[in-house]
Amino acid sequence: MTYTPEVRERLEQDAKEIIGRYPKPRSALLPLLHLVQSEDGYVSDAGQEFCAEMLGLSKAEVVGVSTFYTMYKRRPMGDYHVGVCINTLCAVMGGDQIWDELSEHAGVGHDETTPDGKVSLERLECNAACDFAPVMMVNWEFFDNQTPASAKQLVDDLRDGKEISPTRGPKKLCTFKEASRVLSGLPDGLAADGPSASGPSLEGLKIAKANGWKAPEAP
Amino acid sequence: MTTLTPVLTANWDQPNSFTLEGYGDYSAARKALGMDPDAVIQAVKDSGLRGRGGAGFPTGMKWGFIPQGDGKPHYLVVNADESEPGTCKDIPLMMANPHSLVEGIIITSYAIRANHAFIYVRGEVLHVIRRLQAAVAEAYDKGLLGKDLFGSGFDLELVVHSGAGAYICGEETALLDSLEGYRGQPRLKPPFPAVAGLYASPTVVNNVESVASVPSIISNGAEWFAGMGTEKSKGFGIFSLSGHVTRPGQYEAPLGITLRELLDMAGGIREGHQIKFWTPGGSSTPIFTDEHLDVPLDFESVGAKGSMLGTRALQIFDETTCVVRAVLRWTEFYAHESCGKCTPCREGTYWLKQVLKRLEKGQGTEEDLTTITDIADNILGRSFCALGDGATSPIHSSVKYFRDEYLKHFEIGGCPFDHAPSTVWGTK
Ligand SMILES: Cc1cc2nc3c(=O)[nH]c(=O)nc-3n(C[C@H](O)[C@H](O)[C@H](O)COP(=O)(O)O)c2cc1C
Ligand code: SF4
Ligand code: FES
Repeated sequence: MTYTPEVRERLEQDAKEIIGRYPKPRSALLPLLHLVQSEDGYVSDAGQEFCAEMLGLSKAEVVGVSTFYTMYKRRPMGDYHVGVCINTLCAVMGGDQIWDELSEHAGVGHDETTPDGKVSLERLECNAACDFAPVMMVNWEFFDNQTPASAKQLVDDLRDGKEISPTRGPKKLCTFKEASRVLSGLPDGLAADGPSASGPSLEGLKIAKANGWKAPEAP
Repeated sequence: MTTLTPVLTANWDQPNSFTLEGYGDYSAARKALGMDPDAVIQAVKDSGLRGRGGAGFPTGMKWGFIPQGDGKPHYLVVNADESEPGTCKDIPLMMANPHSLVEGIIITSYAIRANHAFIYVRGEVLHVIRRLQAAVAEAYDKGLLGKDLFGSGFDLELVVHSGAGAYICGEETALLDSLEGYRGQPRLKPPFPAVAGLYASPTVVNNVESVASVPSIISNGAEWFAGMGTEKSKGFGIFSLSGHVTRPGQYEAPLGITLRELLDMAGGIREGHQIKFWTPGGSSTPIFTDEHLDVPLDFESVGAKGSMLGTRALQIFDETTCVVRAVLRWTEFYAHESCGKCTPCREGTYWLKQVLKRLEKGQGTEEDLTTITDIADNILGRSFCALGDGATSPIHSSVKYFRDEYLKHFEIGGCPFDHAPSTVWGTK
């Protein structure tokens, strides 16, 4: 499989913009892999060839890099890539039970996709949101404080095409491909959506305010 | 009594805190760019700020290592990879207050004479990346990034760069390899990044919170910062409480606050339960128990008690939690994330995982306890980077404090715990 001339031209334009930001072109390799993932839903053969050509690398060099990183998928993932944090803290707080029930409910395992192509599942390591445990991510948006029931409902809703909002993120969840495009460094204009911070992120500040605690005044 | 000192978290409850309007006018950057760069470095040295990414290296001293007048380009790389289990401070900071980081980057770059800076952010946090991209775009738009900042003649380009899922890329030299477009594997040190970092040029790698703390130091003065904290651990830091606490969350306080004080604020351990073990600074720091509630959380005091302050990632587990299960899961993490470059870590974490699995199922023997501590001894100090050392922390500390619990597993031929009561919905 290779890209059609139209697709290729569009990708080339994006790639050139990205490469231009770096003092050395090869630094753009991770972003370009995100970019081809935004086209194909995974890091395809054609995508890796494209990256190699744009950066003057061999395909083997590109494959050597893409296989090192867990976010680059070697098979098409679902439109909605659902992660459950199973690192220690989330696991103990209920992440293990969420994973077991969700995986059985959806009928797929780690890095597998439902037959309708809508949902794929992944066991995630700590996603830097432990104060919101148990944590899930969909297309790398936060779904905080989950339960087995909320997790199953979420996946059902995604498969039914319902509109879903992350707990801390944009009003409308984007697709895996759309998310990959943002990761490549091409913004989607949704930064202003969602709260500045919420829940546990504000606990300390709330207590400080209630008690009138502040950092010392500047001299 | 120690009280909270919100600085970096102070505006997080404002709906527009992530915009320039909600943040402020970059007056610290304006002030810094009117100073001699060396005076900026001196101010940060005087403040006593130590790296907030885990190791606590003095920030001003690190900047001072950058050779001057060497004719090479210099780089600032912000480490926003935040993937150490338990660590969850930089992500909400960048989501709610990205401009504090951008302003800190301007000041830091000016001080080390870098005209190109990068934020290497873990890829798995889409909305945080959007907020960084938007803050950087806004700063460019207002002339706060780009050419001739504040008419000082200083130019700065800033790129937000997303990683792609690899804990090891938080290690500073692996991060640099990754940013150069390679597999993220650590480099041999020396040379240190200050001499040969990104593209073999002098480079400062600093944690998000370290850099974001700099504007407050420039605005309020080194003495103001040094007036908080303890003798050798100055200033404030974000303490992240997670797990079996009533109100988990982010608590910004002077270094040297104790877990007992923090727990008082956080409503204590969840109702009806007692603390069993906790990490002071993420899974790579040896666990503590209820004996350590009054240890001042600063670099020296935590070190003196056999652990490390790390990233102030306080993961708290109550008496319903099986320590063997917790240690097994952390070990699986290290085995999964080991980059494979050196034998002690690659093979050692694999074997630790195998033996711990057996122990957890109650199929081990007392000898297995010697085996896991021996394997850990062979990793510690013999690995190429600190990931390997970190993997041994849960092993050594859990065997030290909870030997009996390991023994119990093979006495009864299984795990003595029902895991359900540990969950959020498990007990009321
Ligand atoms: C395996 C491993 C992972 C690390 N992850 C991070 C990280 O995510 N963020 C970070 O700032 N430092 C991390 N570090 C520490 C960095 O190597 C480095 O010390 C730090 O970024 C320096 O910044 P500071 O001096 O401002 O603390 C990690 C170290 C190791 C060994
Ligand atoms: S200690 Fe582990 S992570 Fe570090 S270089 Fe060796 S194998 Fe890689
Ligand atoms: S352990 Fe799940 S987010 Fe940290």
